[in-house]
Amino acid sequence: MAKLIDVSDLNIYYGDFLAVESVSMTIEPRAVTALIGPSGCGKSTFLRSLNRMHEVIPGAHVQGKVVMDGQDLYGAGVDPVTVRRHIGMVFQRPNPFPTMSIYENVAAGVRLNAKRMKKSDLDDLVEKSLRGANLWAEVKDRLNRPGSGLSGGQQQRLCIARAIAIQPSVLLMDEPCSALDPISTLAVEDLIEQLKSEYTIVIVTHNMQQAARVSDKTAFFNLAGVGKPGKVVEMDDTTTIFSNPSQKATEDYISGRFG
Amino acid sequence: MSTTDTTSGPGSATTTVVPQGMTEKRLPRWAPLAVTAAALVVALLVTLPGKTTVAGVAVITALLAVAGTWLLSLVVEGGRQATDRLVTALVTVAFLIAMVPLVSVVWTVVEQGAARLDADFFTWSMRGVVGEGGGALHAIWGTVLVTVATTIISVPIGLLTAIYLVEYGRGRLARAITFFVDVMTGIPSIVAGLFAIAAFTLILGPRVRFGIIGAVALSVLMIPVVVRSCEEMLKLVPNELREASYALGVPKWRTIVKVVLRTSIGGIATGVTLAVARVTGETAPLLVTVGSTVGTNFDLFSGRMATLPVFSYFSYTQPGVPPEFSIDRAWTAALVLIALVMALNLVARLISYFFAPKAGR
Repeated sequence: MAKLIDVSDLNIYYGDFLAVESVSMTIEPRAVTALIGPSGCGKSTFLRSLNRMHEVIPGAHVQGKVVMDGQDLYGAGVDPVTVRRHIGMVFQRPNPFPTMSIYENVAAGVRLNAKRMKKSDLDDLVEKSLRGANLWAEVKDRLNRPGSGLSGGQQQRLCIARAIAIQPSVLLMDEPCSALDPISTLAVEDLIEQLKSEYTIVIVTHNMQQAARVSDKTAFFNLAGVGKPGKVVEMDDTTTIFSNPSQKATEDYISGRFG
Repeated sequence: MSTTDTTSGPGSATTTVVPQGMTEKRLPRWAPLAVTAAALVVALLVTLPGKTTVAGVAVITALLAVAGTWLLSLVVEGGRQATDRLVTALVTVAFLIAMVPLVSVVWTVVEQGAARLDADFFTWSMRGVVGEGGGALHAIWGTVLVTVATTIISVPIGLLTAIYLVEYGRGRLARAITFFVDVMTGIPSIVAGLFAIAAFTLILGPRVRFGIIGAVALSVLMIPVVVRSCEEMLKLVPNELREASYALGVPKWRTIVKVVLRTSIGGIATGVTLAVARVTGETAPLLVTVGSTVGTNFDLFSGRMATLPVFSYFSYTQPGVPPEFSIDRAWTAALVLIALVMALNLVARLISYFFAPKAGR
């Protein structure tokens, strides 16, 4: 189910502004890839370009290739909607649908796409997704209450449950813990650890301990200066990046001497 | 008080410690009321020798009360509090001034209209009625039918325009639409009526008068209101929800229908109801497009139709002989119209209450 993504020479633009320059990397399946770097260096932009959410912003576009399963996601005739069904996403701030109950939020991927599914199958899917997101025990007695009534950490896990309910091959996470307290963060990190056996996970984080804890590979993004495009400085095994990086800039960043 | 004492431990029974210099002399809570009462007494005494009018006493009372409160506060409490009192008093006076026409209109209409507020008024038309009796059933039906037709025309156009502007519109076309919608909100209602009658005259020839022309005229007035209110409501939907939906692989149109509209439906319904209430009372465009008649006409596509505002207008301006029965009917028609608009506003409140997204644990 988990798939490998091969990015080559990807340039990402906002209008005429080149935000991220010539990214090439291979994202391994069944592993967690962390993207780290200072604010504004294009980590989130790059992440959003992986499931074609980048182009939702008016004027935003990319050049280059993102290949999954031998198919270029930006090739002619590829429907961004289909891409997003295979590559799920969790956002920085929990964003459950306020009009829907907990159950409906998890079932949203099915319901909003008007897929026909038997009630019992849908029940199973919701339970499985909520169990997958470590939330089932906390909400099983109040599935019909509004999703916005949960705590922040629970809402974020609800959003993860919603994302995995569409059974994607890849899960993108954009700073999923930045709005959460340490206990909720721990819960989400444990969850990432479990999920990686089934999914390819890419996570953007500002927290370097988090990157070191959860990821197998780490890519360090940096930008030369204000108004210059962001670049991948270095990508390697997480242990190598954090113990013996090959670039001086990486070492400076992770040791806190810069940025 | 007692709770803070118990929690602050032994030996602190007397300590609600306020640092020195932070206590200030304050006027008691009833001071502004007392000043106002005194001002009223003074105003009555001043105007007593001459002719006393309610308006005169009210103006003098207001001026004295504002000035008196400010001076008293300045002496006792100091400058900043005095400014606060002054502005509070001015805001209160402004509110009361705004209430005067509202209360006055409602009071007059209820007083004058209550006389004919009987069962006959809601069961009789004016067919064959001269003088006493008769009712406005035909006008009530006319208003309801024309309003419903207006809503059916305006809401789809207005809502879809708003969706285009918020979700799709970029560049010059969107800016042009926004500009013309703004212009349309300022169109005088009689111009809307003349536009509709001119358009239908061009197509169907002279002397056409029927319900749907009125509905078209009212739509010209209602569409910009619907566009504006729906646009504001759609803009309130956080972009995060749209992105959350896109990220689940939901196409844009489904996102709009099932997430954006679903989230903002309460506000949209409220806006539409208020727009309906706004056009229900329009008189001038209906006068030139729908005309008036004495019998009930259920057919929007042929024949003149009576509506409440036009009925009220004609009953008052052309009462016949003797005039008093017709004038009574005019007041009652106005009362029913106001009640109708108020009911619509209440419905709008209920809708926004029941459809608003709820948070709960």
